[in-house]
Amino acid sequence: MIKSDVLSNYWRENKTLMLLILLIWFIISYGAAIVASYLNEITIFGFPLGYYMGAQGSLIVFVILNVLYSKKTNELDKKYGLQEEE
Amino acid sequence: MAQDAMTAWKKKLRLIYGVYTGVFALFIISLWIAENMGLPQKYIGYAFLFGTIGVYAAIGILSRTSVVAEYYVAGRKVPAVFNGMATASDWMSAASFIGMAGALYLQGYDGLAFIMGWTGGYVLLAVLVAPYIRKFGQFTIPDFLEARYGGKIPRFIGIIAAIIVSFAYLVAQITGVGIITSRFIGIPFEAGVFLGLAGILVCSFLGGMRAVTWTQVAQYIILIVAYMIPVIAISYKHTGVPIPQIMYGQALQVIESKQKALLNDVKEIEVRGEWKKKAEEISMKIKTLPESWQKGKSELEEKLSQLKENDPERAKTEKALKDYPKTPQEAKEKWTNQMKQAQAMSKPPKSYIAPPADTKGIINFLALTFCLMVGTAGLPHVLMRFYTTPTVKEARSSAAWALFFIFLLYFTAPAYAAFARSEILTNIVGQAFSALPQWVAKWSSVGLISIKDMNGDGIIQFSEIIIQADAVVLATPEIAGLPYVVAGLIAAGGLAAALSTADGLLITISNAISHDLYYKIINPNISPSTRVKIGKALLLVVAAIGAYVASFKLAIIVELVAWAFSLAAATFFPAVVFGIWDKRMNKTGAVSGMIVGLLVTGFYIIGSRFYGIDWFGIKTIAAGIFGLPANVIVALIISRITAAPSKELQEFVDNIRYPKGAVKGGVEE
Repeated sequence: MIKSDVLSNYWRENKTLMLLILLIWFIISYGAAIVASYLNEITIFGFPLGYYMGAQGSLIVFVILNVLYSKKTNELDKKYGLQEEE
Repeated sequence: MAQDAMTAWKKKLRLIYGVYTGVFALFIISLWIAENMGLPQKYIGYAFLFGTIGVYAAIGILSRTSVVAEYYVAGRKVPAVFNGMATASDWMSAASFIGMAGALYLQGYDGLAFIMGWTGGYVLLAVLVAPYIRKFGQFTIPDFLEARYGGKIPRFIGIIAAIIVSFAYLVAQITGVGIITSRFIGIPFEAGVFLGLAGILVCSFLGGMRAVTWTQVAQYIILIVAYMIPVIAISYKHTGVPIPQIMYGQALQVIESKQKALLNDVKEIEVRGEWKKKAEEISMKIKTLPESWQKGKSELEEKLSQLKENDPERAKTEKALKDYPKTPQEAKEKWTNQMKQAQAMSKPPKSYIAPPADTKGIINFLALTFCLMVGTAGLPHVLMRFYTTPTVKEARSSAAWALFFIFLLYFTAPAYAAFARSEILTNIVGQAFSALPQWVAKWSSVGLISIKDMNGDGIIQFSEIIIQADAVVLATPEIAGLPYVVAGLIAAGGLAAALSTADGLLITISNAISHDLYYKIINPNISPSTRVKIGKALLLVVAAIGAYVASFKLAIIVELVAWAFSLAAATFFPAVVFGIWDKRMNKTGAVSGMIVGLLVTGFYIIGSRFYGIDWFGIKTIAAGIFGLPANVIVALIISRITAAPSKELQEFVDNIRYPKGAVKGGVEE
C-alpha cells in the first residue's frame, strides 16, 4: 500500500508540471495568435513571425512540451518510487 | 511482457517495417522505370491501388485473432514508436492529407486554426489523459466512464456520444476512399465506395484492433513518403534547396508583394466588377424564388426540346438539366453558395499572412482553434489507441511520438500552400489563355480548377481563377514537373490516410455496440469467443451502413465532421479529465455535464446552421465553445451539491494517477 502523503506530494508536483506546460501551451498558441499582427512586422528568413508561429513555431513547441512531460513524469515516478515494476 | 522479450519484439518490429519501407521504395523506383519504358498511366494507377491494398490485406490476414485482448487492444504490446505511427495515421484523415494544404492556400492565416488545433490537442491528450487511460487499462472510453463514476448510465451516455461523434466521421472517410479510388482508376463513385469498403474491411475484419494497428503503421509510412516527395521537388524547383519547410519563406514574400500589386491593377478591378454584377444577378434570382426557379427550369426544358438528336449541345443541356436544383429550397441553398462565392471573388485578395483584422474574426479564430484542440483530445478513436501500449511509461512517450509523426505532415502543409500560391501568382496570372499549362487543363476538366475569361481580354487575371482545396496537393507533382508515378503515389497516400482513419472509427463504433452495449449492458454471460464473433459481425454491419450512407454523397457530411470536434469537446473531454484530475467529481455531476454539453452544442449547431441563431457572432463550426463551459460549470456545481463519490471510487482515482501496480477492477486479460 502506498502512503497517502507520498501520493499527494507526487500528485502536487505532477499538477504543477501540468499547469506549467499548459501555460506555455496557451501562450505559444493563443497568445501568439492574439498579437500575430504585431509579430508579423518582424521577418526572419522571409517568414513574418506572426504567421510563422501559427504555421510552424507553435507546433515545434508542442512537440517539445510532450517530450518534456514524458521525461519529467518518468523522473517523478522514480523520485517517489511509483514507477512500474519491470 | 518481460524486458528481454520486449527488446526482442521491438527489434523484430523494426526489422519488419524497415524491410517493408525498403520494398516500398523499390516498388516506386521500378514503377518509375516502367513508366519511362512506356507503361501506360492506367497501369501505374492499378499497381498503386491494388499493390497497397494487397499489402494491407496481407497484414490483416497475418494479424487475424479471436483472443479478446488481441482483438480489442492489440494484446497491449504496441511499443511507443509504433503506437505513435498508428495514432498518427489513425488521426490524419483524407482531409488532412489532401485538403489541409488547400485550406491554407484558400484561407491564408485563418486556415492555421486547423494546423494549431489538430496538433495542440495532442498536448492536452499527453498531459491530461493518455497515461492515466493506460493505467486504467481496459478496452473503451465507456469502460472508463462506468468504472470511474459507477453504474450503467455513464457508460450508456458514453456509447451514445461515441456513436454520434464517430459515425459522420466514418461516412466522410468512406466518401474520401470512394473519391480517390474512382478518380484514380476511372470507375463510378459508387463502385469506388464499395471497392474502398473492401479495402477497409481487409484491414480490420479478421484481427480487430491488432490488425488495425499494424496496417495503420504501414499506412503511415506510405502517406508520409507520398506527402514529402512532391513538396521537396517543388521547393528545389523554386529555390534550389530541397527543404520546403524552411524555404517557403521566400514564397511568402513573393505572395505578399504580388498580391499587393494586384490591388490597384486596372484589369483585376474590371474582373472584380464582373463578379459584383454576377453576385447581384444571383441575388435577384434568389429574391424572386420560386418563380425564378420555375423559369430557369422551363427554359432548359424548352432548349432541350428544340435541339436535334445528335447536336453536341444536347448532352450539355441534358447535364445542366440533371444538375438543376430539384426544388426551390435546393435552389436557394445552391444559389446562395454561388452568390457568396461571387461576392468573395468581387473583393480584392486579402493578405495571405495577416490575422483576421476585426475582433469577430479573431474571436472565431481562437474559438475554432480551441474546439479543435479539445475535440482532438476527446475523440474516442484516438483515446482508444492509448490502451494498446505495454506500460504507462510507453503511453507517455507514445503520445509524444504520435504528435511528432503528425507534426511532420502538418509542419509541411504550409509549404505546399505557399509554393502553390506563389506558382499561380507568378506563372499563371498575366499569361494568355491560349498558353495555359497542361496541369491546369487537366484539373479543370475534373472541376478542381476553374478559369474563365470574365472580362474577355484573353489574359488570365488572379480574380478569374477559382481553385478547390483538393487541387493544391493533387496538382503539385505536375507543377513540379514530376513523372506520373508521383501522382500515383499521392493517390496511394491519400488512400492510406482515408483507410487508416476509417478503420479506427469503424472499430470504435462496432466496439461501442458489441462490447459496451451488448456485452456490458445487455448480456454479460457470453463466452470470450462469442464476444469477438459479435464484434466482427458488427464491424461488417457498421461498415455496410457507412458505405450505404456514403453512396448518397450528401453535402452535409463535411460539415458533420467539423461538428464532431465540438461534440467530443463538450461531452467526452470534461468527463474523462474530471475523472482523473478531480477526485470530488461524481456520477450525477459528470452525467449532467455530458448531457448539458451535448444539448447546448447540438442546439447551437442546429440553431446557427439552419435557423439563424447567433451568439456573439460565433460560427457553427466552433459551437463547442458554448457546450464545453456549460458542461464544466454544470458538472462542477452539481457534483458539489451532491454526495462525494464512494471511498472505493476515490481509491480508484488515486490508483490511476501513478504507474505502479495494477488498478483494482482494471486490466482484464
